[in-house]
Amino acid sequence: MKGAGNKKELRVLPIRKGTVIDHIPGGRALRVLRILGITDASRETVSVAMNVPSRQMGRKDIVKVENRELVPGEVQKIALIAPRATINIIDDMEVRRKMKVSLPREIEGVLRCSNPNCISNTPEPAVARFRVENGGLRCFYCERMFSGELTDHI
Amino acid sequence: MFRKRHLISIRDFTREEMEAVLRRAEELERHARPDLMRGRILANLFFEPSTRTRLSFETAMKRLGGEVLNLDSEEASSMAKGETLSDTVRVIGGYADAIVLRHSREGAARMAAEVSGVPVINAGDGAGQHPTQTLLDLYTIRRESHLEGLRIAMVGDLKYGRTVHSLAYALALYGARIYPVAPEGLALPADLQEDLRHSGARLQPVKSLQEALRKADVLYVTRIQKERFPDPQEYRRVAGSYRITLDLLRRAPKGLVILHPLPRVDEIDPRVDGTPYARYFRQAYYGVPVRMAVLSLLLPRRGKGEA
Repeated sequence: MKGAGNKKELRVLPIRKGTVIDHIPGGRALRVLRILGITDASRETVSVAMNVPSRQMGRKDIVKVENRELVPGEVQKIALIAPRATINIIDDMEVRRKMKVSLPREIEGVLRCSNPNCISNTPEPAVARFRVENGGLRCFYCERMFSGELTDHI
Repeated sequence: MFRKRHLISIRDFTREEMEAVLRRAEELERHARPDLMRGRILANLFFEPSTRTRLSFETAMKRLGGEVLNLDSEEASSMAKGETLSDTVRVIGGYADAIVLRHSREGAARMAAEVSGVPVINAGDGAGQHPTQTLLDLYTIRRESHLEGLRIAMVGDLKYGRTVHSLAYALALYGARIYPVAPEGLALPADLQEDLRHSGARLQPVKSLQEALRKADVLYVTRIQKERFPDPQEYRRVAGSYRITLDLLRRAPKGLVILHPLPRVDEIDPRVDGTPYARYFRQAYYGVPVRMAVLSLLLPRRGKGEA
């Protein structure tokens, strides 16, 4: 039992301190990296596993980032593309905290409205705000519905 | 019950709140109340010209005994010179008891309501909402036909037409049966159809305008804009085939009611105007009692029990 678990874990190296994002739908790890702002210029140690067989999900992705804790805005964005993701905070090689992401009812200041004529895309004091509705997002101001690839708006 | 402070979008309404507006409109249409807005000032803040809507609000306020400040598009923009809309709204809110706002940006009225000290009425925000138009459409249907168990054909540009989108949404709350009739490329967007079904509408495809006409109680006609067609000949062909003519109406059911938000170009033959089907000028007239109702609900009389 224990041996099998270890073998699975070894697909991605364990980290000493940082964050592990697990149960990302297969293939979406790269979008999670984009949300976290990880690019070719980033310095942190990042491991990515994609399309790992998973009993629950069929296949899943895992992202591990060393020396990094997520801010609430990042967690909200991840919830949008990976609603079943779990986030593990690792310290000294151990899981200190484990949490599930949850889709908030409202998202503020995280995404921009993709309607260029929306008042939230002007110098007015209107901060982009969305309501989560039927699996999509509705802009609080222009009321347009954005569904499908939400990462396009991130 | 009506507890709103602002009138921004028809999506904010429950069916009961719509009913409250329609009932009040009916009262005010029957019995004039030139005392209701006495001593009150309404500011018409129009960043885009819309003479019809502006005059309709002005008439409504004056019939209730109130006064109107008009800022046309030139004045509004010159006042706003370099200033944000939110600042302008705060300033005008200091002069007037309520603001009617027309602006080119979607969401402008929602934002104005957040910063305004007085009620804001959305009179059109870009391609967004124009809730008093929807309320007057509902009122017209109620007065000239019936809202319960309604069967309505929506004809024309169903892709970009915000009027039909809002009306369809409102009618969904009444469980209306909707027959969309649109040329190729101007059909009701799929996400909106989904949204409407969620809200209770019964969208039913029809093969032709003739079929819709036979089934419907109300024919709601909107304009097909030339700009939507790259080829002017194609536009003439399409627009022509959706034109409402006497010939088309020969087999129309007796109680059929034809509505149009106006202005029309040539989607309804002027010879139809003389038939009992034509109710679009009544519809325009109903804008006044409906806007009177909105004003009286948003600006209740000060007095007993109120600060």
